[in-house]
Amino acid sequence: MSKVTYIEHNGKSHTIDVQNGLTVMEGAIQNNVPGIDADCGGSMACATCHVYVKEEWFNKIPKKEDGEEDMLDMAFEPNKFSRLSCQIIVNEELDGLIVQLPSKQA
Amino acid sequence: MIKTDALIIGAGPTGLFTAHQLKLIGLNCELVDNLDKIGGQCIELYPDKPIYDIPAVPECTGEELTNNLVNQLKPFNIKFHLKERVDEVKKIDQNWEVKTNKGTVFLTPNVIIAGGVGSFEPRKFSPKECEKYEDKSIFYSIKDKSIFSGKTVSIFGGGDSALDWAIELSSKSNVNLIHRREEFRGAQSTVDRVYELEKSGKINLFTKYQLKGVRGNGKLESIDIQHDNKELKTLNTDYVLGFFGLIMQLGPIANWGLNINKKTITVDTEKFETNQKGIYAVGDICSYPGKLKLILSGFHEGALAARACFKLARPNEKYRFEFTTSSKSIKDRLGIKSD
Repeated sequence: MSKVTYIEHNGKSHTIDVQNGLTVMEGAIQNNVPGIDADCGGSMACATCHVYVKEEWFNKIPKKEDGEEDMLDMAFEPNKFSRLSCQIIVNEELDGLIVQLPSKQA
Repeated sequence: MIKTDALIIGAGPTGLFTAHQLKLIGLNCELVDNLDKIGGQCIELYPDKPIYDIPAVPECTGEELTNNLVNQLKPFNIKFHLKERVDEVKKIDQNWEVKTNKGTVFLTPNVIIAGGVGSFEPRKFSPKECEKYEDKSIFYSIKDKSIFSGKTVSIFGGGDSALDWAIELSSKSNVNLIHRREEFRGAQSTVDRVYELEKSGKINLFTKYQLKGVRGNGKLESIDIQHDNKELKTLNTDYVLGFFGLIMQLGPIANWGLNINKKTITVDTEKFETNQKGIYAVGDICSYPGKLKLILSGFHEGALAARACFKLARPNEKYRFEFTTSSKSIKDRLGIKSD
């Protein structure tokens, strides 16, 4: 288990114990964290699990694969800390990860 | 008004196979889909991605799966209403009256919602005030390109649609092309052409910029775009085009009095009927204990919903279960000559 903190756009924070090996998206969906839709179910085919990774964590996460950046073009208000949470796999090194959620996904 | 035994909303894999099941048992049906093509998410989201869990098909792409499902429907004459979205569903005696945004009206005892995650709609700009100019100066698709002649057009996006329109319009309009990063994801030849046109001054390129605000007085006058480093620029423009792909939205389905929980519709597992008699939900949009969002589950759900439709469409007949291998009436429907 690793702790992941999801901060909603309105500032409300949810710290969840997410099983290592699950994605940040799955951690949110399974624990009813609002603000992540994940319409395509994690196949990197939509952009509705978009998060902003807290700056100090951004470089600790494995780099984007081809296709993620293309998909982020479709996200709502992306910035340089944008990631698709279905592509971030939780592990011990990411214990304490903080992500912020956009005001909406679409 | 079109009378039919069943109306299917959504022409993705589940909707297509449900149509097959209805026709096989002798019911007629029509399909409505908001996309301009058949196939749903398989075609819109992942036409080239391989799928490995369709029974008896070790590997196929979303496009191949769609083509095979359409082929399987070939013996039947089924009317598709594409680029139409169902807006209203109203009970009239024993039937449902269903209206689309294009004004098509259906009367049917059975409505099967095979809507996936909802209908595909264009992704829109985030600044709220953009709504005021939508379909006047701000567009997400182009119906009549002649209106842009001699005008300044600001195009947002980094994929083929944005690039193709930037190239096309650059011969008769003053074109700004704005994208949130430096890389474009269009075809290489298209990207090269855009850079050529930029060099010759036909396209003004702004990368690492996004739309921040729009200004005008009834009529659009200018837009503000913001660089990654927060620097703002104002561009005078007559028209703005946004090409950010499509998103899925539940849309009007939410207003039909159905039990909806987390964007899915609660159904029973015998008929896949909703809380409204004669309205069924199958595929990704339905939920019940143990629901799996797999294409194969959608096929099963559609087959059962089709049988449930029989009762309401043919109240005076008894449904008889038959195998395609042995039934003469099924073979007749399929147009197969039996000896």
